[in-house]
Amino acid sequence: MLKINNLQAAIEGKEILKGIDLEVKPGEVHAIMGPNGSGKSTLSSVIAGREDYEVTAGNIDFQGEDLLDLDADERAHKGIFLSFQYPVEIPGVTVTNFIKTAINESRKARGEEAMPANIMLKKMREKMGLLEIDSAFLSRSLNQGFSGGEKKRNEIFQMAMLEPKLAILDETDSGLDIDALRIVANGVNKLKSKDNAIIVITHYQRLLDYIVPDFVHVLHQGKIVKSGDKNLAHELESRGYDWLKEGVEA
Amino acid sequence: MKTEESYLEEVTASEYKYGFYTDIEADKVPPGLNEDVIRLISAKKNEPEWMTEWRLDAYRKFLKMTEPKWPNVSYPEPDLQAISYYSAPKKKKELESLDEVDPELLKTFEKLGISLDEQKRLSGVAMDVVVDSVSVATTFKDKLGELGIIFCSMSDAIQEHPELVKKYLGTVVPKSDNFYAALNSAVFTDGSFCYIPKGVRCPMELSTYFRINEAGTGQFERTLVIADEGSYVSYLEGCTAPTRDENQLHAAVVELVALDDAEIKYSTVQNWYPGNKEGKGGVYNFVTKRGICERNAKISWTQVETGSAVTWKYPSCILKGENSIGEFYSVAVTNNYQQADTGTKMIHLGKNTKSTIISKGICAGKSNGSYRGLVKIGPRAQDARNFSQCDSLLMGSSCGSHTFPYIETQNKSAKVEHEATTSKIGEDQIFYCNQRGIGEEEAIALIVNGYCKDVLNQLPMEFAVEAQKLLAISLEGSVG
Repeated sequence: MLKINNLQAAIEGKEILKGIDLEVKPGEVHAIMGPNGSGKSTLSSVIAGREDYEVTAGNIDFQGEDLLDLDADERAHKGIFLSFQYPVEIPGVTVTNFIKTAINESRKARGEEAMPANIMLKKMREKMGLLEIDSAFLSRSLNQGFSGGEKKRNEIFQMAMLEPKLAILDETDSGLDIDALRIVANGVNKLKSKDNAIIVITHYQRLLDYIVPDFVHVLHQGKIVKSGDKNLAHELESRGYDWLKEGVEA
Repeated sequence: MKTEESYLEEVTASEYKYGFYTDIEADKVPPGLNEDVIRLISAKKNEPEWMTEWRLDAYRKFLKMTEPKWPNVSYPEPDLQAISYYSAPKKKKELESLDEVDPELLKTFEKLGISLDEQKRLSGVAMDVVVDSVSVATTFKDKLGELGIIFCSMSDAIQEHPELVKKYLGTVVPKSDNFYAALNSAVFTDGSFCYIPKGVRCPMELSTYFRINEAGTGQFERTLVIADEGSYVSYLEGCTAPTRDENQLHAAVVELVALDDAEIKYSTVQNWYPGNKEGKGGVYNFVTKRGICERNAKISWTQVETGSAVTWKYPSCILKGENSIGEFYSVAVTNNYQQADTGTKMIHLGKNTKSTIISKGICAGKSNGSYRGLVKIGPRAQDARNFSQCDSLLMGSSCGSHTFPYIETQNKSAKVEHEATTSKIGEDQIFYCNQRGIGEEEAIALIVNGYCKDVLNQLPMEFAVEAQKLLAISLEGSVG
């Protein structure tokens, strides 16, 4: 589904990613861990198509297509979703209106009719249940005055509505208390299928207790320095990152 | 202590101005302005003696005034002697089909979702279905007539309802109010007149649309709306479709009179030609709009301003009667080289008067937008309250946004609140939308409409939908 080859990227001339290789197949869950400043968020931004980053080498193949040729909105139309670490506020635009616009713009890009209101509504109700969201939430301005937990829940709600093929969850666990974490993680688990894939970016093992990864990769100084299964995350939890850093820097 | 009347006079006589400029290929009067020209205009319109005198009095006052310089705009001063002040209502050149219409204009029509027939009407194409719209207008008039509502051109009103015109014309915006209002008083050629009788609730939105064919509105338009005791009217002015006009200077005057317990809702969408992308051409829109509220009355101004090269406009409310309410909701968009200095004045004279100001400025390109507002609480306005919110949204880094709020209170019990914010459409917001599959232009439309929601919500439903599209069109290609 996703094949990243020797990806290198810079922002304002500063090299952040220094050769990333990663393959994600349908049905898999990958976790990317690493200390602050290792390039985790840069990687998610580059996959999503943020223009601030300059890709200096390598390529990203998504379902046989070169992603780097596409704008961010076109990538979204192909089924790439990024759950933002810091979701932005859009005053005056309700959650409902935003999601409706997002769904219908993607449908339009695929040459489909707008989703009928009754079907949209039914779907919203169903997904709201999944994430324990009450209906008053839908008529609030997008992310405005939302608590940290509400913002993250809203991200996953959008993911549920948009049904992406590849979802990247960028530090979805940050700012969540334990109950909210469980709700969000349960929601994500219910959205998993053999046809879609998830990349979880996190500092901590905590989230991975709920969303269990098939693979864990450690990012350090713009490179994947170690890959393993879920046990690697436990090892990191007890030993920290330093032993890996030493291995690289030596 | 001042009497209410003298206070009112002082308040209304201060500042406020308007300008104009024209280029008519008039079929009658040669360019220039003097008493003979005014007499001629009045004679051609077959006006009664009192009206002629009224105009001449305005002209004499006008001669003693000078063009205002305080607005935060710059433009070459119009040559008032180069204007021809009367042209017989001439027929616009009729086109054979839409093929002859400027394709740019058609594109905009399409984006606004304006029907084919409507496109033809707006661009001056001869229409077979004209019969239909005439009959619609007639049905509409019959219905209003049954309720005693008068809705006609100002020229007709002067002929048919002189007592009402005489009683109210110039009472809210006096002849000597300001340079351009004085000029308008002297030379106005037509406009709209509306009277709602006591206790009548006008059952439909009154719109200049319905009589646009009967009386082409000129550059010196005069509008007078009177809501008698306990009545209600919602009045729509303008059109979301781009309006091209040969006249460069527009100096209109609008007066609203809301008697005891009456309510007037006045909505405007202004989309005059703003000039090209290099800032050439475009309309100067210098309008004096003011309403007066008697006891328990309410006046609500809503405006969406996207057009004109230069705009000065301050729809205001004089809250004379106790418990009266004034509201001002505004979206003003400037793009390219447009300049707008717009806002409102809320003059609290009566007890327990309340006013609300919601102003949303959007500046893009190399444009300049200013909010200028006055909240004045008079000495007798016990427990008056005002809430003002002035927000600015900037797109790009070459535009300018300015806020000039003036607050004068002469009564200690007054509560005046002012909030202001300035924001930019962030790349973060755009990227967030992009990531959800929403393209750049659609994203801007979404963000801007969200920003203007409090104002757009005040517009009648159908108008609001068109206004939303209009905002998006006005800002096309202006992402910063």
